[in-house]
Amino acid sequence: MRKSGIVASLVGTALVLTACGGGSDSADPNGEVTLTINVFGDSFSLPDNRSLYDEYEKAHSGVKIVENRSDFGTHHQNLQARLTAGSGTADLEVIEVGQVSGYIGQPDKFVNFKEKDVDTGQWTESTVQRASTPDGGTLIGLPTDIGGLAMCYRTDLFAQAGLPTNRDEVSALWSTWDEYVALGDQFVAKAPGVKWFDAGGHLFTGVLGAEKETYYNAEGDLVVETNKAVKNAWDLTVRAIEDGQSAALPEFSPEWNTGFQQGQFATITCPAWMMGYIQGNAADTKGKWDIAKIPGGSGNWGGSYVTVPSQGKNQDAAVELAKWLTAPEQNIKLFKSIGNFPSQKSTWEQPEVADFASEFFSGAPAGKIFPESLENAPVQVYGPQSGVIGGTFSGALNSVEQGTDPDEAWESAMNDIKAAAGDG
Amino acid sequence: MTARLDRVPPTPPEETRRRPADPPHRRQAWRSRLYRWDVKGSPYLYILPFFGLFAVFGLFPLVYTAVISTTSWSPRKPGSEDVSVGLDNYTKLLSDDSFHNALINTFGIGIISTVPQLLLALGIAHLLNYKLRGRLFLRMGVLVPYITSVAAVALIFNQIFARDFGLLNWFLQPFMDNPLDWRAEKWASWLAVSAMVTWHWTGYNTLIYLAAMQTIPYELYESASIDGANKWQQFWHITIPSLRPTIIFTVIVSTIGALQLFAEPFLFDTTRNNNGGSERQFQTVVLYLYQQFWTNGRYGYAAAIAWTLFLITVVIALVNFLLVRRIRSADD
Repeated sequence: MRKSGIVASLVGTALVLTACGGGSDSADPNGEVTLTINVFGDSFSLPDNRSLYDEYEKAHSGVKIVENRSDFGTHHQNLQARLTAGSGTADLEVIEVGQVSGYIGQPDKFVNFKEKDVDTGQWTESTVQRASTPDGGTLIGLPTDIGGLAMCYRTDLFAQAGLPTNRDEVSALWSTWDEYVALGDQFVAKAPGVKWFDAGGHLFTGVLGAEKETYYNAEGDLVVETNKAVKNAWDLTVRAIEDGQSAALPEFSPEWNTGFQQGQFATITCPAWMMGYIQGNAADTKGKWDIAKIPGGSGNWGGSYVTVPSQGKNQDAAVELAKWLTAPEQNIKLFKSIGNFPSQKSTWEQPEVADFASEFFSGAPAGKIFPESLENAPVQVYGPQSGVIGGTFSGALNSVEQGTDPDEAWESAMNDIKAAAGDG
Repeated sequence: MTARLDRVPPTPPEETRRRPADPPHRRQAWRSRLYRWDVKGSPYLYILPFFGLFAVFGLFPLVYTAVISTTSWSPRKPGSEDVSVGLDNYTKLLSDDSFHNALINTFGIGIISTVPQLLLALGIAHLLNYKLRGRLFLRMGVLVPYITSVAAVALIFNQIFARDFGLLNWFLQPFMDNPLDWRAEKWASWLAVSAMVTWHWTGYNTLIYLAAMQTIPYELYESASIDGANKWQQFWHITIPSLRPTIIFTVIVSTIGALQLFAEPFLFDTTRNNNGGSERQFQTVVLYLYQQFWTNGRYGYAAAIAWTLFLITVVIALVNFLLVRRIRSADD
């Protein structure tokens, strides 16, 4: 089945390439196809490891894959720019889960996977629903990974501060977020020069990872200002910042990357995909990390979708690659090499996943930690401006780290959010 | 007046005008008509490509932006493209604190980057105007920052102004208890952005001043030094007055450049939220526009910002123009 699909896709591509349009089937099946894929972070490869693409190229002669990687914000901005302009997107574009609802309003700009013979039953209904139009008629992207939450920590820094380093003992020390912050106080007192966590914004998002409704409610209304969960997460983060626990390194900035390498913080809220991020950014810290349970026991942060913009010239070949990249076999490989956790629940039981322990993270049983975290994780509700709101909170918490009064910071964040996510 | 009237050719008699011209005559008339078209029409034909391109890339976007600015278009809200909201975006903008903040930042950064930049350029140009060893090399050297891409400049300056492992904080270490967070304070971030702008543009202005200086006749300096004027007096009383038109030109160009400042503050905010600092400490008007357009997807509102900035620029250019006229008339 797959083979015939590929042939069909090659024919389809060749049709476009030779620009003969109408249903002629005289196209050259050996036509070379270069598929471009735009990603942010480590979706399918690490900077020095593109074995997954190589494997696909080997199995599909005539297909060449070119990956273009940019940072999170730039990636999504460029995608929107090129969709609006009607040209310039890659053949495949990755969209983060918090951003995807902003694109669902433009279903005509993407290939509808509902019409592409995809077995959507392999994912949970809610995962598919997030990338679908409200009527369920159009699915704009295929789910890649899921971001079960854990807490990564530096065993060497813990030892210096006289804290236990064993992951079970550590997990027991922070069964709630309050305990996590309390332990942070203990740590900073004993480890001058090192902070407890990386950035307020990062902690804040991690805390909210256990909540179903955060910025929007299930009906799609903006509830950020009245939602107790949001305010609680804010207050907890502010308390930790005021106790001097934050390294105040804005997430995904170059300073943040340096922070990993220099050991400027001892813990970081760790969605599964963060494993790849740390390995890619601070390869020298191998063996100094370990993974404990997330305070509260469960949560989810992020995950992505692969989309095929409908302006692409190689749509059929791109759809074929998207299906292959998101298939269970590939997701398992990605988990083992990069850390991105498979979104298909069926894979979690397989020994390859369940028995996987990460060498980089001191042999932490990642294959057990993340499914446990996801077991009770809620299905989070996102709205069209979820990404913008998250960014606003990160900025506001960063301003608290820089000395702004927390109440003022909250106030101005609310104003910004109302302006961005209000009526116009 | 009368002399001119005299030169008007007498009108031919009615008869000759009515009579159909014979072939050679007609050909000549055709030729002269062609000639007249050529003389009158050709200049327009020559400038047509510019105006054609301007219409496509200048006028059309301007008008289209104005149209968008009366909608609440956001790609994240299906159907919002066609909803007209009149001038709502503009009234909202007038009471938008973030916009006011962006205006203040733009003018603030504009002043502390343009003034030292032009003064420095003037001084350096004066020095380069002397007979120096390796003069050509030095003159080309000042242009190096200008031909370096802003992105590369920002990369270096982000390292210099970094909070934790920054070069400048390393130098300041003995004098400060805590490392300075250059992005946290308004004045510090303004200084950092201005440093980038100054670094980039000083060489360019230096070259313009230098070129103007070389047109000043040497005899002026010669006679001044015979009269006993020292170098400083020569600079103040000969060089500066002679450069006046050039200075006015650079002031206007730099002012317009400062109003549209974008790349430096954009690259200085490493979070890529386009917020210009956690609390918009160094968010300029164009960066605010960019944030509203790209990050927040508010096309209509961003278009209104673009048009407002355009109008502000026109007003300031007019003020500049009036000032220039006054300086000129003071000259007479």
